[in-house]
Amino acid sequence: MAEAANKKEQKARVSMPEQEPKVRARNFLEVPTGYTVKMAQEEASRCLQCKKPGCVEGCPVGVDIPGFIDLIAQGDMTGAIRNLWSKNALPAVCGRVCPQESQCEGKCIVGKKGEPVAIGNLERFCADYERANGTGELPPKAPPTGKKVAVVGSGPSGLTVAGDLIVKGHDVTIFEAFHKAGGVLVYGIPEFRLPKDIVAQEVNFLERLGVKIECNAVVGRTVSLDELFAEGYDAIYVGVGAGLPKFMNIPGENYVGILSANEYLTRANLMKAYKYPEVDTPIPLGKNVVVLGAGNVAMDSARTAMRLGAESVKIVYRRSRDEMPARAAEIHHAEEEGIELFLLTNPTRYIGDANGRLSGMECLRMELGEPDASGRRRPVPVKGSEFEIACDLCIVAVGSGANPLLTSETPDMKLNKWGNIAADEKNGKTTKHGVWAGGDIVTGAATVILAMGAGRQAANSIHDYLTLGW
Amino acid sequence: MFKIVRREEMSQGTVILNEIEAPLIARKARPGQFVILKANENGERIPLTMAETDAAKGTITIIYMVVGKSTALFKDLKVGEGFQDVIGPLGKATHLQRVGKVVCVGGGTGVAVLHPITRGLKEIGNDVTCIIGSRNKGLLILEDHMRAASHDLRICTDDGSYGHHGFVTDVLKDVLKAGDVKLVVAIGPVPMMKAVSNITKDYNVETMVSLNPIMVDGTGMCGGCRVTVGGQTKFACVDGPEFDGHKVDYDELMMRLRAYQAEERKCHEAYCTIRDAR
Repeated sequence: MAEAANKKEQKARVSMPEQEPKVRARNFLEVPTGYTVKMAQEEASRCLQCKKPGCVEGCPVGVDIPGFIDLIAQGDMTGAIRNLWSKNALPAVCGRVCPQESQCEGKCIVGKKGEPVAIGNLERFCADYERANGTGELPPKAPPTGKKVAVVGSGPSGLTVAGDLIVKGHDVTIFEAFHKAGGVLVYGIPEFRLPKDIVAQEVNFLERLGVKIECNAVVGRTVSLDELFAEGYDAIYVGVGAGLPKFMNIPGENYVGILSANEYLTRANLMKAYKYPEVDTPIPLGKNVVVLGAGNVAMDSARTAMRLGAESVKIVYRRSRDEMPARAAEIHHAEEEGIELFLLTNPTRYIGDANGRLSGMECLRMELGEPDASGRRRPVPVKGSEFEIACDLCIVAVGSGANPLLTSETPDMKLNKWGNIAADEKNGKTTKHGVWAGGDIVTGAATVILAMGAGRQAANSIHDYLTLGW
Repeated sequence: MFKIVRREEMSQGTVILNEIEAPLIARKARPGQFVILKANENGERIPLTMAETDAAKGTITIIYMVVGKSTALFKDLKVGEGFQDVIGPLGKATHLQRVGKVVCVGGGTGVAVLHPITRGLKEIGNDVTCIIGSRNKGLLILEDHMRAASHDLRICTDDGSYGHHGFVTDVLKDVLKAGDVKLVVAIGPVPMMKAVSNITKDYNVETMVSLNPIMVDGTGMCGGCRVTVGGQTKFACVDGPEFDGHKVDYDELMMRLRAYQAEERKCHEAYCTIRDAR
């Protein structure tokens, strides 16, 4: 047995084919092109089928990872996708955007000696295979309960709640402020990382299950939570995301050519401004672009700027490579595409021309000092190290706070000191009767899968409430 | 779809009125608030402050000048056709209060936005003088509406073809000199609001302006609409659109409004060429 396991460990991870960096850096097509059936089965055969799988522990929604991988290995793709769906409503999304290296793959036993099993790639394969070859058969639904649930926000947590509750027999309506459903999956994550057709199909899947989607509905403005209750909703889930861009608050920040990542990516992704003038929404084209920040949103912004024809794209980050919050794969892809990292560098002011347009920024070199509250070594400025970077476009991707639009209109729902909704960690209950919350509006900006995990917990709690009581 | 139930051309066809079926918005909207409209699938999201709302009928009315491709697309929509998307009501409503003597100054399509505010100020018992202006008589809009909404209406044209020959600011100075003015509301082109604010500052009269910067979502998410007010960055979509006119950095606002000027011109010309060829 031990010998067999060793043989399995020696097999190399099957890498997913990708577009060549030079080619893809100038187009918006997806970067990894997907496994073939043969590749998927070969990769699936690397799984040790552990009795106590660490990978499952590492997954915020507890996907039965050895289970679905075994089904792939046996060639039962329908069984594999059904297994995935039982725990995760959005496998095509998660397979692409989850930080697997710090979750399932980070805990994979195979990874202790070599490279872990490519769980994310296999998850993606299953969902893509189903889309291309599946029967489109819907999962079974419980009989109608007569209870109405409103879901505010159609991002990953809202979609999860809607999907979970519709199959339990409840009547579910999603309210979305934008003109298109999907939340951060459509306005935030770029086409080359998560094709919008895939998001549209996931949303369509929910609609086929019976979920109603009201777009252009700004809850807090068009309608309030209390009005939704008055209209007959029995429970409300709030998953409106972290939609308040943070800026640097340094001089010159309102020059033309400085955009929040939210604005830049919304123009590019939701409004499809990368196709301008085929579509009507413009997007600034920078020759020399600087992106501030080093998370996934910063990588997405930098790679979008490169695809829009920039001559140079620099990521400016005040800490070192080890502290960069982006997924390893995103940093790797960005560097392959020619994006430069200016680490231990902090901007101090923007420089503008006579027309008020950005022409550069002044930066300081930093060095790492003592650890700060976050446990990371605090960057401290190196005296006299000022230097200038010439740039005509700057994208500020230093995080998002809680958008107060809905919460300021709902005074009876308690917030924490950062303006995030105070919700029970175990079940998402807020201090307002009949209202649950989850995702970034509760945790602050985090990941798609954590928002989905919160949605799953809240959906269970909402179901208990609707069947048993608060 | 949000259906257009009434359409009028004003200002020699350069300004368009659309009354649109949007019952949910009409039910909640108050003076000073705006909506975002998008004509079709590939359309741009355009913010416009509402000129009128009718909760009983379930309609809202917008009045806009045709300045680029998106507004040209809006103009080409006929009664019975409609907008793919209308989102609102957005922004804070005007804080209407009884202060005594009020002067409402409007220029261009700003008059349309000024109208419900003027009417509201009059209804709660203020003494309202209204000053509206345009380049010439033919371009003036809503004269009758503004007369009904105020106690005293003054009209100015740049070329003297109607009313006072000159700018609204000339007349404003006269009214301010007469004394007792407690509040000035100015809505129109940015240079007009800047000029009005400069004058009222001299007279130390509180002044409110309504801004319409470039924005995408209108819910505080993109930060594209940031304006400097009293040295602080504000988001016009959620903190406004109305601000203390004495504190707004108008030069920065004008510069930010020009961000996409080149693209807008090219796009508009291309649209008109294709449309006219058909």
